Amino acid sequence: MTIEASRPRSARRIASWLGLTPFALYVLVFLAIPTLLAVLSGLFDTQGRVTTANIAALFAPDILKTFASSFWISAVTAIVGAVIGALVCYALLGTKPQGALRSMVDSAASVLAQFGGVMLAFAFIATIGIQGVVTVLLEGFGINIFENGVWLYQVPGLLLPYIYFQVPLMIITFMPALEGLKPQWAEANATLGGSRLTYWVRIAGPVLAPSFFGSLLLLFANAFSSYATAAALISQGAQIVPLQIRAALISETVLGRSNMAGALALGMVVIMVVLMWGYSALQARTTRWQQ
Amino acid sequence: MSADRPIGAAPGPVARTVILSVVGILFAIPILAMVAFSFRNLAGGYTVAHWASVFSSAATVTYGVVFTGLGNSLLLAMVTVLIMLVILLPTMILVQLQFPRLRRVLEFVCIIPITVPAIVVVVGLAPVYSVVARLAGSSVWTLAFAYGVTVLPYAYRAIQSNLSVVDIVTLSEAARSLGAGWSSVLVRVILPNLRRGILAAAFITVAVVLGEFTIASLLNRVTLQTALVQVSKSDPFVSVIFSLLALAFAFVLLLLIGRLASDRRTRRTRPARLEKKAS
Repeated sequence: MTIEASRPRSARRIASWLGLTPFALYVLVFLAIPTLLAVLSGLFDTQGRVTTANIAALFAPDILKTFASSFWISAVTAIVGAVIGALVCYALLGTKPQGALRSMVDSAASVLAQFGGVMLAFAFIATIGIQGVVTVLLEGFGINIFENGVWLYQVPGLLLPYIYFQVPLMIITFMPALEGLKPQWAEANATLGGSRLTYWVRIAGPVLAPSFFGSLLLLFANAFSSYATAAALISQGAQIVPLQIRAALISETVLGRSNMAGALALGMVVIMVVLMWGYSALQARTTRWQQ
Repeated sequence: MSADRPIGAAPGPVARTVILSVVGILFAIPILAMVAFSFRNLAGGYTVAHWASVFSSAATVTYGVVFTGLGNSLLLAMVTVLIMLVILLPTMILVQLQFPRLRRVLEFVCIIPITVPAIVVVVGLAPVYSVVARLAGSSVWTLAFAYGVTVLPYAYRAIQSNLSVVDIVTLSEAARSLGAGWSSVLVRVILPNLRRGILAAAFITVAVVLGEFTIASLLNRVTLQTALVQVSKSDPFVSVIFSLLALAFAFVLLLLIGRLASDRRTRRTRPARLEKKAS
């Protein structure tokens, strides 16, 4: 090949590489730098000296308690959400993917899982708030749901709104795996004399298990990192980690402990990385059956 | 096993109806409660006064902050869609065509925002935005840069699911060998085949931006969601009404786009369409 012939080719190659730079720059400035600033700021004090004080403060009893609250609320809502969501996916199997039912469910699930946030908090204030429709209705039957104090604006109050966005997320993430079940497997099972029980226990169960547990991890991560619903419901105090970050961010000008938010962010990122690593490992196992 | 029961994984009609109606009713309760709540009269009984006040001509003054927030959010949604179309989409096409080895890297980068949630990014965004404000001013639209990152996983997935069923490498090679220039390959071959993915990505972007609260609230910007929280402290009825309207708007938009996409899929009029086996 002569030099003349190869020149335009290498020039185009360089042009192609240049084509990647806008995206690379954008991600660097608005994703990489903010993340590094957030995570690393916890390692410095306000004078810019390296310190472990903020990291050590993560293990103070009150901070550990918020991590524990975050963990249990995420675990409970992820498990309940995953089970109910998987049931709905199962019920939707065999319906026409382009049918009216499926498009309704798909749209509603997307809206609730990705759009809700603050508005779901309002929905539950209207439902089971002190003046809520269901609260008032039950009072008519002599049932007081707030007999032991108003729990809607506390950590337990997050359970129902969180489940309300976890189930739709499960439907969105788990449905593709369930649709990946090949009809031939069920036919093979039937020809070999297997019952529906053997089909679910021996074939569909093992094939779906990685996807199910992967989605479960995703739901856990989703609840763990969710901020909007909690912020709209709980206006005072910092009972879960995202609210603790809010408190640290807002109080920075008052207390001068600006970098505690960074330490909390670091703690969150460590947990999120572990969760998402597990999710992608399980997801990789799932796709093996979907070739 | 009886003959009328399906052999496959699908449930029987009874099981399906029971599961879907129980879950459906439970999930309808909070929405119906919002509707009922919006007609509640504080003195007892029901009234249309709350709805009337939202649609009265004085509403833009009384609830000015909500309308400002709505305007800001719509502007942000448009700019974020633009960022996605100008920065993410060309990169995805370029990587698909020229750098197959970078596909995994691109996917990894686009999924990062799920691992690094908004509440973490916002801690580091404040210093970045003090620089942005110096360069581009502190207008509302600049928040779209942060939102572009937030929507990255959703937009990526929507476009990628389309890219993975359309073989744009073969299509563009075919078009090139027939003498088409790169620009006409892009405009007449690649983009028409990616319509569905682009449309889905644009819509999910709009939905996520209209619903975003975390970054806006902690960077002290006025958007639809921060305005709703502000109004809810003085008038919970109005914030419930606006929430209902916003949820309904998002639902209808998603439904329309879903229909549009499936119509196009079934019509198959494009001669340049080449789809791999979707399974």
